[in-house]
Amino acid sequence: MLKKTLFSLVLAAALAVGTTAAAETKAAFVYVGPIGDHGYSYQHDQGRLALEKELGIKTSYVESVPEGADAERVIRQLASSGHNIIFTTSFGFMNPTLKVAKQFKDIKFEHATGYKRADNVSTYSARFYEGRTILGTIAGKMTKSNVVGYIASFPIPEVIRGIDAFTLALRKVNPAATVKVVWVNSWFDPGKEGDAAKALIDQGVDIITQHTDSPAPLQVAESRGVYAFGQASDMKAFAPKAQLTSIIDNWNNYYIDRVKAVMDGTWTSTDTWHGLKQGMVEMAPYGDAVPADVRQLADGVKQAIIDGTLHPFQGPIKNQKGELVVKAGEVISDADLLGLNWYVEGVEGSIPK
Amino acid sequence: MWPHLVRRRLPSKAMVYLSPVLALVLSMLAGIILFLIMGVSPLGALHAFFIEPLSSVYGLAELGVKATPLVLIGVALALGFKAGVWNIGAEGQLTMGAICGGVVALYFYDREGFYIIPLMLGAGVFGGVAWAAIVAFLRVRFNANEILTSLMLSYVAGLLLNMLMHGPLKDPDGFNFPESRQFSDSALLPLLQEGTRLHIGAIIALAAVALGWLILSRTLLGYQIKVAGSAPAACEHAGFSHAKIIWTTLLLGGGMAGLAGTIEVAGPIGQLLPNISPGYGFTAIIVAYVGRLHPLGVLFAGLLLALTYLGGETAQIQLNLPVAVTGVFQGLLLFFLLASDVLILYRLQFGMAAPAVETS
Repeated sequence: MLKKTLFSLVLAAALAVGTTAAAETKAAFVYVGPIGDHGYSYQHDQGRLALEKELGIKTSYVESVPEGADAERVIRQLASSGHNIIFTTSFGFMNPTLKVAKQFKDIKFEHATGYKRADNVSTYSARFYEGRTILGTIAGKMTKSNVVGYIASFPIPEVIRGIDAFTLALRKVNPAATVKVVWVNSWFDPGKEGDAAKALIDQGVDIITQHTDSPAPLQVAESRGVYAFGQASDMKAFAPKAQLTSIIDNWNNYYIDRVKAVMDGTWTSTDTWHGLKQGMVEMAPYGDAVPADVRQLADGVKQAIIDGTLHPFQGPIKNQKGELVVKAGEVISDADLLGLNWYVEGVEGSIPK
Repeated sequence: MWPHLVRRRLPSKAMVYLSPVLALVLSMLAGIILFLIMGVSPLGALHAFFIEPLSSVYGLAELGVKATPLVLIGVALALGFKAGVWNIGAEGQLTMGAICGGVVALYFYDREGFYIIPLMLGAGVFGGVAWAAIVAFLRVRFNANEILTSLMLSYVAGLLLNMLMHGPLKDPDGFNFPESRQFSDSALLPLLQEGTRLHIGAIIALAAVALGWLILSRTLLGYQIKVAGSAPAACEHAGFSHAKIIWTTLLLGGGMAGLAGTIEVAGPIGQLLPNISPGYGFTAIIVAYVGRLHPLGVLFAGLLLALTYLGGETAQIQLNLPVAVTGVFQGLLLFFLLASDVLILYRLQFGMAAPAVETS
């Protein structure tokens, strides 16, 4: 009896210690856009909320931080105000993150979509392009005009990877289809994104996909009666008829795992690039317009990517000039994908220089 | 029984000093209401906005870093606005300055030398001046509206920077991401205080304030600027060349903006990026007006605006206030500052049927 009481006392004490340690861990997030963008920054913030709920810890965030001189101050302010782990969620925060990390060796930093690491700086990103392969498959089956519109943000490798993966999948099921790209030079600008969608539709595009963060293109697609794909989150609420599916960035598990690692003292600097398989990239439920056979085909592509039997950048791959760049049976390596800067055959126009 | 605005015979000397105080009190009151609606403690929020950022050496240094480009550009713009020359495109001139200064830094990326920074600053001034010269030429030669040309050239400069970042100035080891190499230590501005980011640019900004004050109050050019702005006809009559004033103020504005651009890339940023300035060239217009187009006023206005940015970040971190609240609060502050200035030229009269304008 006494033994049992003692045991439960010890257990209670251990639990109490456990919770205080948990309560002391604070995580912070730096977003490039407003959390109300319903896209990229919104999804990171969903991850933050999941983290709060799962681990019961305190978090802070700063939204709409410009990728320039201001980022370093914000990150440093978070580092010096009692946060143990700081997630900087945009590429442009890379050098500021490293500069601050150098001065705060005890704090862990996690930089999304970058390539520079340090003992206390990890990088992480999602293989969004795997989702683009599914979008391309659906678009190839559903386009009538055989011209698909792509609204792009900045000509960085991540965005070009998306365009190429989409186009390869599109032409695999529909060799006659091509892709028109419009660059809006912004991650979040509903006005410009909407205008780009209108311009594309006026040029005969009947499906729109985007690598920008606002739901504006979907709203335009909805009102003009064409199809579109959501970006970063399920945007069905903005375009109930037009949205065929959406790539969803799911950071929840990653954030929970990394913060847990800080709490356990097992955190080490790593480079994470997860995709459909690990659930960092998810697909939204299909829209009503997607017919059963297309759903089946898309599901099959998704499963094949998860199983590893299909690689989105599997040869033969030709460049815009029609030259064979990747032979049949070969794939583009991760290292080359990281710096990808050329269009595959089927993309119209050239990459802005 | 609504109060009327009645024009004063003479601008009120007392209100010149009282109106900023009034504005501050009004924005505090509005802020308290705003924060109560948001469900946060007004005292805590005001503390986060105005006290917390100033309570450490690092915070004070950051205030200087943030205010430097605003003050540099604001002083020069104030001179132009006083002369009735509306240079709205300081953002573009800043960008061109950053490009020119940055190109020098990247050219010497593997070299050391005391000469690199002066060269960069000179190139930055040149870039801004050259960009503003287009505006001045179009205005003087073709009477093209400088508001439109300077604004549109800002977009051209932004796109040019973008093009360079994706092309020739891209870091060769940067996996095709649109950023330049990081500048070598010889191309970075010396720090005024170790452990902070406060750089020598802050001293340059203070010097610019002194220079602006000197020009306005002690030189013939300053007198011409004031006459050109308040009585253009008298300006011509007195034999002052209007074209010369346009050229001078625009080139001065361009040069300062270009200098600010180089200082940003050689100071807190340390490399060229596709987006160097979060709109400093445009914010400086507000700074110039909140500072009542007076160099000392611009200095205080620049510091105040910088403080609201820093405070906004603190409010987000400490109170989880959304960034939009910061924007609303900033807007309120600026609104009250400008609105209170009405009382310098007008007074409130309570009562019926007052004449709208007193004859003088």
